[in-house]
Amino acid sequence: MSALLETKGLQLSFGGVVAADHIDFVLQRGERLAVIGQNGAGKTTFINICTGFLKPASGQVFFNGVEVTHQLPRQIVRLGLGRSFQLPQLFLDHTVRQCLEIAAAGRSGKLSFFKSLSDSVDGREVDDTLALVGLQQRAHDPALALPEGQRKLLDIAMALMLRPQLLIMDEPTSGVASEDKMALMDTVMQALTERQVTSWFVEHDIDIVNRYATRVAAWIAGKVAADGPPADVLSNPQIQREVLGTH
Amino acid sequence: MVCFQSLKREGFDMIRALAWLGFIACFSLGLLFPWSKTPLIMALCYGMASMGVAIMMRAGQVSFGHALYAAIAAYSVAFAARSFPEWDGLLLLLIGVLASSLAAALIGLFVVRYRGIFFGMLNLALSMVVFSMLGKFYNLTGGTDGLRINRPTLFNHTLERDTFETSLLMLCLLLAAVLVWGVQRYYKSASGEALAGIKSNETRLEYLGLSAKRILWNAYILSAALVGLSGALFGLVQGLVTPDIGSWFRSGEYVFISILGGSGHAFGALLGAAVFEAVKLFAAAYMTGVWQLILGVTLIIVILVAPDGIVGLLQKRKPPTGEAP
Repeated sequence: MSALLETKGLQLSFGGVVAADHIDFVLQRGERLAVIGQNGAGKTTFINICTGFLKPASGQVFFNGVEVTHQLPRQIVRLGLGRSFQLPQLFLDHTVRQCLEIAAAGRSGKLSFFKSLSDSVDGREVDDTLALVGLQQRAHDPALALPEGQRKLLDIAMALMLRPQLLIMDEPTSGVASEDKMALMDTVMQALTERQVTSWFVEHDIDIVNRYATRVAAWIAGKVAADGPPADVLSNPQIQREVLGTH
Repeated sequence: MVCFQSLKREGFDMIRALAWLGFIACFSLGLLFPWSKTPLIMALCYGMASMGVAIMMRAGQVSFGHALYAAIAAYSVAFAARSFPEWDGLLLLLIGVLASSLAAALIGLFVVRYRGIFFGMLNLALSMVVFSMLGKFYNLTGGTDGLRINRPTLFNHTLERDTFETSLLMLCLLLAAVLVWGVQRYYKSASGEALAGIKSNETRLEYLGLSAKRILWNAYILSAALVGLSGALFGLVQGLVTPDIGSWFRSGEYVFISILGGSGHAFGALLGAAVFEAVKLFAAAYMTGVWQLILGVTLIIVILVAPDGIVGLLQKRKPPTGEAP
């Protein structure tokens, strides 16, 4: 295994709230990391720093050995770091298929001015990705018409069109009916395995963490309070008390 | 009504049919009634400029200052024609378009960083600066009296006023047809679809590795080139440019026409301009004094009945496929 993403001494505060408190973190290639923590613990801030959306007050971020601390999201994305969002970020006025076509055109970086969108991307690749997340039936529907679960899948599929090495998913199951969560995660994890993408997802549902993660990191007040195999972290008394609220 | 519904399903063919009909109507009107040539050219110019403004609307951005680019093009044409009277009308048009595109490339670097009301007001502010400069620098611009442009040759032919107008009308029709086709191709291209993506989700564009500013900058130059072309044509057909061509009122008219026609299809702007000019002509003839009121009521009706503009009424609604959401 080799380090895919590494942070050194990341620090960021919003006013008096410390969102990232000297975080040193290493993600290995091939891992499936689940990040847990209460609201406001700094999980999304950490994602935002790693993907270039926020700049840390101090510290460094390395992706694949390249320092990306001061790069823009679009530059980091090009290095192979995809992201999906807690609130799916879709082109709601476009069809499902068009969303993926724009993503495919985005990967090449060259947007044609005259050639039609569908002609300027590889249609088979779009079909493959639609099938991968089970959205073939909805290809020609506007993204606006999709229910939340399928919106999450489309959001992830758009990130996958970029052929990322790492996909960071911020709460992929939030807003999805509890009986649909496992099916959604099954689809996502199968897709990630097939495409050999290392993944990191933020999750509140402990059953999902147990079932899909190979490693768990628990965030408390901008710090990684516990980090290791799921069984160890989830049985840690401090985590049970302060994160899971079970004790 | 049933008939209309089934026609509506053939939406894009209807737009094409209307486009052909419109071009043939303009052509025959111009030949049959010589007095109609100037209003027709004006309507086509308004249409082309509004097509430019509609491009920005695809990205959800409304510019209240795009007449600036008509002014830059028209004054460039005037300066060039006065310095080099032997230059051909086509060359003058090209100069006008180049000048407005170049100005947009520079100004665009700055304004594409802003969205919504800030984008609109910045464009307005810049256009007003140029508008007042055109009125003040009397020695250079002729102040509010403007600059005369002597009728240039067209396709290397020296033409009488009547033939000159007929040729310009044909040229406008040809340009409008080519531009509708070209701009519609652009809307359906990767760049054009990404431009529409700015309206729905800029964050996602960024996380697809795309620069929204770059996409918007390209569109801004294209839109300014279209407004510039219309400004250059205005100058040639009127033989005179005054600062009014760059006033906020003109910019507002372009926005009005874009909303009226709709930005769902490139042809929308021309439809909007046709309705705009027709309403203006009739209202001015039969209800002098209240023509603005008539225009205002027209716009309110369009916004209530057809929020996507006239062209939105004609466009095909795709029947939903697959399971219901």
